[in-house]
Amino acid sequence: MHQNNIEYQKKDLPKNLSQLGWILFGAGLILGVIGFFTDQHRALLNYLIAYMFILSIGIGSLLLIALEYVGGADWSVPIRRVVEFLSSTIIFLPILVLPLVFSIHDIFHWAHTDVVAKDEILKAKSSYLNEAFFIIRVFAVLAVWGLFYYLLIRNSNAQDITKDQLLTKKNIILSAIFIPVFAITITITAVDWLMSLEPHWFSTIFGVYFFSGSVIASLAAITLFVVFLKEKGFMHPKLIDDHLFSLGALQFAFVNFWAYIAFSQYMLIWYANLPEENFWFLQRWENGWQYLSILLIIAHFIVPYAALLSQPAKMDPKRLKFISVWILFAHFIDLYWLVMPNVNGYYFSLIDIVVPLIAVGLIILVFNYRAKKSNLVPIGDPKLQKGLDFRVP
Amino acid sequence: MKRSNKLFGISAIFNSPNEIIHAAKVIADYGYKNFDINTPYPLHGMDKAMKLKPSKLGYITLAFGLSGALFAILFMFWAMSIDYPQVIGGKPFFAFPAFIPVAFEVTVLLATLSTVIGLLTFVFGFPNNKQSLHDTNYMKKVSADKFGAVIYADDQQFSELKVKELFSSLNASSVELIYYFEKESYPIFQPKFLMLLLAVAVVTSGTTYFVLNKLLFMTPFNWMVYQDRLSAQEKSEFFSDNYGARPKVEGTVARGFLPYPFAGQNIPTETLVNPLLPTKEVLKLGENKYLSFCSPCHGNYADGDSRLRGQFPNPPTLHSTRAREFSDGMIYHIVTYGQNVMPAYESQVTREERWAIVNYIRALQRAKNAKESDIKELQMGLLDASK
Repeated sequence: MHQNNIEYQKKDLPKNLSQLGWILFGAGLILGVIGFFTDQHRALLNYLIAYMFILSIGIGSLLLIALEYVGGADWSVPIRRVVEFLSSTIIFLPILVLPLVFSIHDIFHWAHTDVVAKDEILKAKSSYLNEAFFIIRVFAVLAVWGLFYYLLIRNSNAQDITKDQLLTKKNIILSAIFIPVFAITITITAVDWLMSLEPHWFSTIFGVYFFSGSVIASLAAITLFVVFLKEKGFMHPKLIDDHLFSLGALQFAFVNFWAYIAFSQYMLIWYANLPEENFWFLQRWENGWQYLSILLIIAHFIVPYAALLSQPAKMDPKRLKFISVWILFAHFIDLYWLVMPNVNGYYFSLIDIVVPLIAVGLIILVFNYRAKKSNLVPIGDPKLQKGLDFRVP
Repeated sequence: MKRSNKLFGISAIFNSPNEIIHAAKVIADYGYKNFDINTPYPLHGMDKAMKLKPSKLGYITLAFGLSGALFAILFMFWAMSIDYPQVIGGKPFFAFPAFIPVAFEVTVLLATLSTVIGLLTFVFGFPNNKQSLHDTNYMKKVSADKFGAVIYADDQQFSELKVKELFSSLNASSVELIYYFEKESYPIFQPKFLMLLLAVAVVTSGTTYFVLNKLLFMTPFNWMVYQDRLSAQEKSEFFSDNYGARPKVEGTVARGFLPYPFAGQNIPTETLVNPLLPTKEVLKLGENKYLSFCSPCHGNYADGDSRLRGQFPNPPTLHSTRAREFSDGMIYHIVTYGQNVMPAYESQVTREERWAIVNYIRALQRAKNAKESDIKELQMGLLDASK
């Protein structure tokens, strides 16, 4: 490793970005509160979707940072700050989770002790699915994530000033510890918040399913910000289409990965056809939910797959911008599809649209806030020059 | 390998990746179209430096991949839903989710195979086996630790002097003139090579056969196929007459088959007493056996209305006064031993089942010739109709 001499001047992000963030966040919050007073249960479930959306992008980004360190990737060093900014939503999660924690009774069937007492299956699961342990798990997981976020980002920021190469080494070790921890915590999160909405159901692959969705969503968010900032001239001028190609290729890979995992989950349950498992999919194949299920396959797999298949498509900024927005939308549908069929009967409510605005607005605001404080390029990273010189073969 | 006087191209050696990328750029900028770069490992950014167009190989991959998916699904549809439909695990004949893994595998298989064969054919000129760059110092160097560029003589701009000048301006070392091989092509499928392939195939399969079947032969898992007991009709070396099937030993009786003592005699039926009570279970068993063995001739309700359509003489009805006055033992005797054209059922129906049939016939007879008191009892709900 060698010291690099990259010239970079910090610029403020355009004002209309924060304006957009405030408008989306404010509108979402006001309309969401109105929605809360019209249909409390539905508004809460939508807030759960919004929360999981923010969470998945934050933790997915942190995983990608860790992967960069562990894998020794060069190409992603010039864009790592974008990933770091997106991952900083993690520190807001303990606050964002509070409305959900206070309404466990409204969201979760298993939180009613009288129901559990009559139900043999829930009784057997109650040593895990009980309120006290649930709250402990939620905050323990968030604390672990916050700790790793704090350590990784602190080292990365310190490197901008000190240019100390040892900090990279420290982060590599931290990342190597973080990845197995991530595997366990993301499974706990997925099981607690999403799978336990239907406490009778179980699927051992569910944690991986949520993980694949969150990584593809955070990749889409990263690509969107990178292309946007590059076009406005905020990124390093040497960041070129070859870097975008890597992002596109990763997106393509994870679109496939998501489809693989989603199909694995479906096929095993379809094949065995056991009543204690298949009712979850049957729920999503009746009362109008079948159209959303088909839409999910098309939106989350077929369209991104076809759009990103060829090599030029993976490095075309326009295509990437479009498909990133598309994938974020598909991820929202995915979460909606996981959560909403637990409400009896299908109906569409305006609350379903307004609450996700909170998530989008908040991510933009947090990004903007973090971008003010740090450089957009990790100028102290010893691999930066190599990263900027990265070319697709 | 002999070479002709015709110039194939001019090669040059460079020492570092940066130099070769720079050289590629300069050569491409100079306007050369027909040139090549050889490096010991792939270099990032080389395609762009050489101004290469995106490879067309991807289209072959796509076409074969898609046709693989289509073929797999159509074939499974034909095999599983049309030609030989079988219910497997209660799934529909066209079980699409189960087809997806197979379709995926075939897609991958055809896509990769077509890519490799396409690469060999369109890029490396398969089945041609030699290119004039082979067996040169240049090739030895670039396949070890050097980076090489070669400009082919059939390029439109090619002139020996200019190319040499260009290479020397790029500080290239060991510029080399490369001539064509004497022969134009060296097809890979020559008789010699084919003979070699054949010999290798024979030797490998022969050795494998010898080693696995003779040298290292181990008895496979066959102890369920070959058991010590004899199958039906099987020959046996153990007995002197070589019959595996043995006659009954005199004076013995098979389990559950008590011999009927009154065969061919004219009935001391009073000694045969029905051992079974007409319980629900007994009547069910009797009904079952009656419908299986008796009803084809006697009819479902013992009316003598057979379903045989004259292939066999119809028996008289069992509701006649004579038949109703038979003792249980008499009916049992007839069932067991047969009567007139009716054959014996001793070997098909066990003793207990025969008595159950007798009970069932009694029930049928009573149902056809019910007394008034029976009807009254039935109306009052005292008699269970199912009995």
